[in-house]
Amino acid sequence: MLSQGAQYALFVAVVVAFAASADWARLKNQFAQMDLAKQMFPDIITLALKNTVLYTLSGFVFGLVLGMVIALMRLSPVGPYRWVAGIYIEIFRGLPALLIFIFVGVAVPLAFPGTEIPGGTYGKVALALGLVSAAYMAETIRAGIQAVPKGQMEAARSLGFSHARAMVSIIVPQAFRIVIPPLTNELVLLFKDSSLVLFLGVTLEERELAKYGRDLASQTANSTPILVAGLCYLLVTVPLGFVVRRLETKAGEATR
Amino acid sequence: MSDRTEETNVPEIEVRGLYKSFGDNEVLRGIDLEIGQGEVVCVIGPSGSGKSTLLRCVNLLEEPTKGQVFVGGTEVTHPDVDIDEVRRRIGMVFQQFNLFPHLTVTENLTLPQRRVLKRDKAEAAKVAAENLARVGLSEKADAYPSSLSGGQQQRVAIARALAMGPEVMLFDEPTSALDPELVGDVLAVMRRLANEGMTMMVVTHEMTFAREVADRVVFMDGGVIVEDGTPEQVITDPAHERTRHFLSRLLDPAMADVEEGEAPQEQPKGLPN
Repeated sequence: MLSQGAQYALFVAVVVAFAASADWARLKNQFAQMDLAKQMFPDIITLALKNTVLYTLSGFVFGLVLGMVIALMRLSPVGPYRWVAGIYIEIFRGLPALLIFIFVGVAVPLAFPGTEIPGGTYGKVALALGLVSAAYMAETIRAGIQAVPKGQMEAARSLGFSHARAMVSIIVPQAFRIVIPPLTNELVLLFKDSSLVLFLGVTLEERELAKYGRDLASQTANSTPILVAGLCYLLVTVPLGFVVRRLETKAGEATR
Repeated sequence: MSDRTEETNVPEIEVRGLYKSFGDNEVLRGIDLEIGQGEVVCVIGPSGSGKSTLLRCVNLLEEPTKGQVFVGGTEVTHPDVDIDEVRRRIGMVFQQFNLFPHLTVTENLTLPQRRVLKRDKAEAAKVAAENLARVGLSEKADAYPSSLSGGQQQRVAIARALAMGPEVMLFDEPTSALDPELVGDVLAVMRRLANEGMTMMVVTHEMTFAREVADRVVFMDGGVIVEDGTPEQVITDPAHERTRHFLSRLLDPAMADVEEGEAPQEQPKGLPN
């Protein structure tokens, strides 16, 4: 085994070798045109980032509600509820999110001609993102509910709570404290997955970060907009990641 | 209650021919027991004897495999019974307290009243305050359970059950999870409750409490009731060898284990505090 010092030296050597061999001038020309980047403001924030946030939040809210229902079905004493929830989770966790977006964009209008998904593109995105995230969130919430000690349900039932009422009043509020960090993680994933709106076909005003960056990149034959869009994603995901770690630390302290 | 007849003659708790199995493990093997109104019955016995399971069958936290349970004249084991309604009349206190950790002490007492009994805010708060005073913890009304000692948590759990106005109280080893110096406060509350005339079924290892407070002591072993009588009959002068053996182990566990050639950790719950 290499000593720690030798490992660092090797690491630095590799980075320097890559940096030295890269063609920085061409890279800068293609990805870091400052005047082009400046042109993107404020639209990339007021339009693209705003839309990304809206798509993410609408998808998250829908997914959370659906995920909650599926989690409770998964834990239901009624067999068919459990099976339906299990099948849903397996299907929507097993499919790429991209396919769900295409399905929502193409199949739903075909299957129900004349009916519009309320909210237009926002509704469609909420539906597609929600369908995908609900499967993951259902599993997270189920794990959270099962992490609440069994005695809590027994105490509630012996006080005369029905199973459903005990779930709502006693178990779920405790489960939510447990699942807030993983759900925030899910929010980060959704934030990135909202880029799949690309495949729904949106108007100029409905463009979010990825679509906005790509459109501008092809107009200008330069990739700087992609880089700027990427930085905008990090602007949100890095602080969110920080929040998740803080919440996890706090949750760890609370359970002690 | 339409199905409760002649209150005074009906035993508060009646168990008939009760069997309970967990898979292949038969834990209760034909239990018959009656507890009259205002009676305090302590159930003792080695761990694994089925005493906690019997208690949990009374409010149907465990579903009996066979047999009937009546509480206040209502058949708990009847398939059409509204079990939530019956449980409102049965208070239960657990070994692990099971307070709701996300609620304050007062909220622990008011939430069940409001959600289950549909009492309004003011009445629930009043009943909560009364019952906290009853267990001597009025000053902890706004504390969270995690900031209380085990003995205080258990007294809050008793107050929470009492706030629902039960006819019967079930205690499942209420002092077994407590540090020895905290046991006394909890037993004092239970003793007062017994003096007030509450019907109580207490699974316990506290022989002093059983001897002084219980009207009757039931000794269980191997899923059956071996002995059932006054504390003097069962504890002071047991008729059965199994009862004598259990009591001698309880009084001097080290000696009993040596005699038996058993490893002490096999039955840690049998050790007194």
